[in-house]
Amino acid sequence: MIETQIPALIALAFVLFAILIPVFSLWRSELAQPLAVVGSGLAATLSLFGFINYLNNGAIRYFFGGWEPPIGIEFVYDGLSAFMVLVINTIALLVLIHSKHISKREFPGKEMPYFTMAMLMMLGFNGMVLTGDLFNFYVFLEISSLASYALIAIGEKQAPFSAFRYLIIGTTGGTLYLLGIGFLYTVTGTLNLIDMSAMLPMVADNTAVIAALILMIVGIGVKAALFPMHGWLPDAYTYASSSSTALIAPIGTKVAAYMLFRIVLYLFGVELIDAVAPLTTVIGVLACIGILYGSIMAIAQTELKRMLAFSSISQIGYIIMGLSLANPFGFAGALLHVVNHAAMKACLFLVSGNLRLKEGHTNITRFDDSFRKKYPWTMASFTVAAISMVGLPPLAGFFSKWYLALGTIDNENWLFLAVILVSSLLNAVYFFRILEKVYMKNPDAADKETIAADVKRNEVSTSMLTPTIILALSLFVIGFANAVIVGFLMNIFPMQ
Amino acid sequence: MLDFFFGHYAYWFSIILFSIGMYGMLFKKTLIKKIIGLSILQSSVILFFVSVASKVDATVPVYDYNIPVENVANYMNPLPHTLMLTAIVVGVATLGVAFTLLIAIYNRYQTLDEQELIERIHD
Amino acid sequence: MDISIVPLLAILVSLVAVPLILFSSSKPNLREGWTILAGVIKFGLVLSLLPGAIDGQTVSLHLFDLAPGMPFELAADPIGVFFAVIASGLWIFTSFYSIGYMRGAGEKKQTRYFASFAICLSATIGIAFSANLLTFIVFYEMLTLATYPLVIHKETKKAINAGRKYLAYTLTAGLLLIAAAGLTYYYTGSIEFNPGGIFADANVPHTAMLIIFILFLGGVGVKAGIMPLHSWLPSAMAAPTPVSALLHAVAVVKSGVFAVIRVVGYVFGTDVMASYGLNDILIVLAGATIILASLLAFAQDNLKRRLAYSTVGHLSYIVLGVALLTPLGMQGGIMHIAAHATMKITLFFCAGAIYVNLHRENISNLNGIAKVMPWTMAAFTIGSMGLAGVPPLNGFVSKWFLALGSLEGEMVLPLIILIISGILNVGYFFPIIQRAYFRKGEGLENYGEASPFMVIPLFATAVLSIFFGMFPNLFFNFFDLATSIAGTLFTGG
Repeated sequence: MIETQIPALIALAFVLFAILIPVFSLWRSELAQPLAVVGSGLAATLSLFGFINYLNNGAIRYFFGGWEPPIGIEFVYDGLSAFMVLVINTIALLVLIHSKHISKREFPGKEMPYFTMAMLMMLGFNGMVLTGDLFNFYVFLEISSLASYALIAIGEKQAPFSAFRYLIIGTTGGTLYLLGIGFLYTVTGTLNLIDMSAMLPMVADNTAVIAALILMIVGIGVKAALFPMHGWLPDAYTYASSSSTALIAPIGTKVAAYMLFRIVLYLFGVELIDAVAPLTTVIGVLACIGILYGSIMAIAQTELKRMLAFSSISQIGYIIMGLSLANPFGFAGALLHVVNHAAMKACLFLVSGNLRLKEGHTNITRFDDSFRKKYPWTMASFTVAAISMVGLPPLAGFFSKWYLALGTIDNENWLFLAVILVSSLLNAVYFFRILEKVYMKNPDAADKETIAADVKRNEVSTSMLTPTIILALSLFVIGFANAVIVGFLMNIFPMQ
Repeated sequence: MLDFFFGHYAYWFSIILFSIGMYGMLFKKTLIKKIIGLSILQSSVILFFVSVASKVDATVPVYDYNIPVENVANYMNPLPHTLMLTAIVVGVATLGVAFTLLIAIYNRYQTLDEQELIERIHD
Repeated sequence: MDISIVPLLAILVSLVAVPLILFSSSKPNLREGWTILAGVIKFGLVLSLLPGAIDGQTVSLHLFDLAPGMPFELAADPIGVFFAVIASGLWIFTSFYSIGYMRGAGEKKQTRYFASFAICLSATIGIAFSANLLTFIVFYEMLTLATYPLVIHKETKKAINAGRKYLAYTLTAGLLLIAAAGLTYYYTGSIEFNPGGIFADANVPHTAMLIIFILFLGGVGVKAGIMPLHSWLPSAMAAPTPVSALLHAVAVVKSGVFAVIRVVGYVFGTDVMASYGLNDILIVLAGATIILASLLAFAQDNLKRRLAYSTVGHLSYIVLGVALLTPLGMQGGIMHIAAHATMKITLFFCAGAIYVNLHRENISNLNGIAKVMPWTMAAFTIGSMGLAGVPPLNGFVSKWFLALGSLEGEMVLPLIILIISGILNVGYFFPIIQRAYFRKGEGLENYGEASPFMVIPLFATAVLSIFFGMFPNLFFNFFDLATSIAGTLFTGG
């Protein structure tokens, strides 16, 4: 009967390893990273197992201690959450495998606290995805946030200050969210998502409900870096260590976006919201501005990690835009983009980690065509991920844009359609700029070959290369298999 | 009007605290004061929850022989209080992390004034 | 409809060749061996589809779903086979020619060149055999991406700028095409090409139809070089000549006009085109392009750029033929794909041979070169005469049908345009021939004919264009094929 325990086991795997890592590291400090890999591997395996179980047997509502709501707390393991935990745990596993050499290089001697924090953060993220209780969500949100403040603070000299700024903004967001659920609790008397969604239509005309919704969207929007609450993100991603960024960037904002899906589509329902105020349109417009702002700012950056950070702001915009469309195509496109963007961004940040390890910098202006000779596989992965970001078929990135485009057309929302198309072009500008530098000799250097004759192949070790290449290949796989994924996502669309 | 104001004085109190906290975070230049603001902000929400749970003529939710259990109106709602216990723990943890970060910042830059800090970072 | 795996194999052959080419990077002979082997096999596979296509049959292969309800589907219908035969046939010539050119010019990074080349061909055949819009878009973007390394091959500042321009134009076009496909799906619920048109039974408001058409036109018009979307084409002449030859005379631009035919005949359908008056837009644009491009060609001193503008003009012949919406015009347009391909590839091959051999690329420097390169210039003469429409070369046949088509449609303007542009064609090709044959050259004493790797292919394509001119049904029954395609499009499928 292990299947029914899976929701709790996934979260407990991280708790277990968050305890095991400090204990074993006292004995042998180099055990921290392998243990973290084992922990996330265990969680990823359980998620896969649970996902298959979901497909065969349907959703699970897991009541902790057997106490049913409203007294107890439950984990809801339905299609959406099963899908999300599978995605985030798989990505985390790959990134943690990759972090072995980076941890030795960028924060020697701090492996034990680092990987413990990573486990705690993953616990928070998994809890946020799985929980069926609004207050419990807040607790997990703070667990993951506190761990991520710590992870971001491990990095360059400026890192603690950017982590501090994130802490101030993030805690404010969390507090607003808490205030929001306070409002909802006074109106409905419950904190359970399923109970509350049944009760909300009865109290929909209470202004506290819409105020609560706005507070919750703002609070979670901070974590999701929804424009204009994205201010913390560029600094945090740029100055943190390469593996922290690679771990937080693909997962953190997605989980927050997932919670927006839960609240807007599952808890309230679009009809209920739009009857009171055109909030979904507002969210959509903010997402559009975010998409364009992120892309344009990314073009202006000369530091690879910072460019990728701004690109994240823009990509989150796609996901939120899909949410605001609230039709099956938009929903499927947005969630497909969660997978795609997680894989693409993880791949790109792993590449930037590889380059930092070998070159000591990721300054785009100093990239040249010796890179392609020194790191052929890393740069090939970068190329694949970049092309997917631009959205060219048959790579994964094309299809999420295709479904989002269909979603905008379905709503006859031509503005959003135009934004999707324009931002693809902007993406092309900032990625092809790098590809040009890496694959072509510098035309200003006249007749001289710019690759020095003594440049040797200097590729990173297998433990770093394998996750990078797996992620790049996964973009092909997702691209070709997207019909399966989208078919599944359309089935779980909540408003038929 | 006056009734509206005094009838909800607990909420007004929360709102005032909330604004003070916000002000501290946004406009104070010293990072320590920003954390104080953050703490006040969190307290305002905690007080809001607690005031939501209060009822007129009700007692603490501990079983009293004089009041039958079925008579829920005579007991205060215990749930918000328990929730806030967790929230207070979260707040303490946040403070801990924040101060740790401040120590790290001070060790690196020898200042906690935001303006000076930004100047030193850009140097 | 029969199921066959041949269309898929035809696409995969050159993709399989890519890793082989990459791994034999250090052995040039083996590497080029793979290129040619893949070319021959591909051509054989495509030819095996030809008899069926002449009988009007379509073989198709439904692979898997690209998106729910939108399969990744290949269908070798007559027009697709027609285009595939031309593209894969000329690839073999180009492969031989490339070997001579790339080695003769001592180009760097030849492995990347041959690998990209193979991907391009796969994409082109994929475009030919796509059964629906989404599959089509996949291959269309793949072609864009695979051509980029070829355009910037020389890695000079000029080439890189040309590459940027190329990407800017084609990526924008791809996005417009995506929007158009989405709108098509929204209004009709289908993206499957069929001879009557997807929109045949749809009830779409006039403005919406117009917008969708313009989006499609933006999407396919860039590659088809319709003015004002043509300006990437002359810039892309910075690429090595075989690239210009195959891609900018055959694969890329022909994919563009092929896409125009798909859009007009298989997405909108000829009836819808006429009833919404959409073909008028095409006629005006194509007519203006023909005249303007021919005039601009006069101003170019660089031989390849002059050829590029000539290409822009001739592409619009095909578009014009399609836009006439008459069976004969359509037939003429389709036949001009084949005619222009064989002749323009000859001309580009000649330009490349002259460049590698004499290092000259401006027309003003070509005085007297016919004496040292007699075979090349003979082929050049044949090609340029053909493009000007001199009988019995194959340019004449297609132009004749275009003229008949405009009479059939009772339109005089297209006829006048055809006649004027024929004269302009003579005008801009004749000075080249005159310089080469009748002026005295300087500094040519130490040069002879170019390498046989280049001369044989270019002469072979020239001879082909004579043969096709005299016997349009020779070898591949192109004439019958074009007739039957035009037939299916106008009987309502």
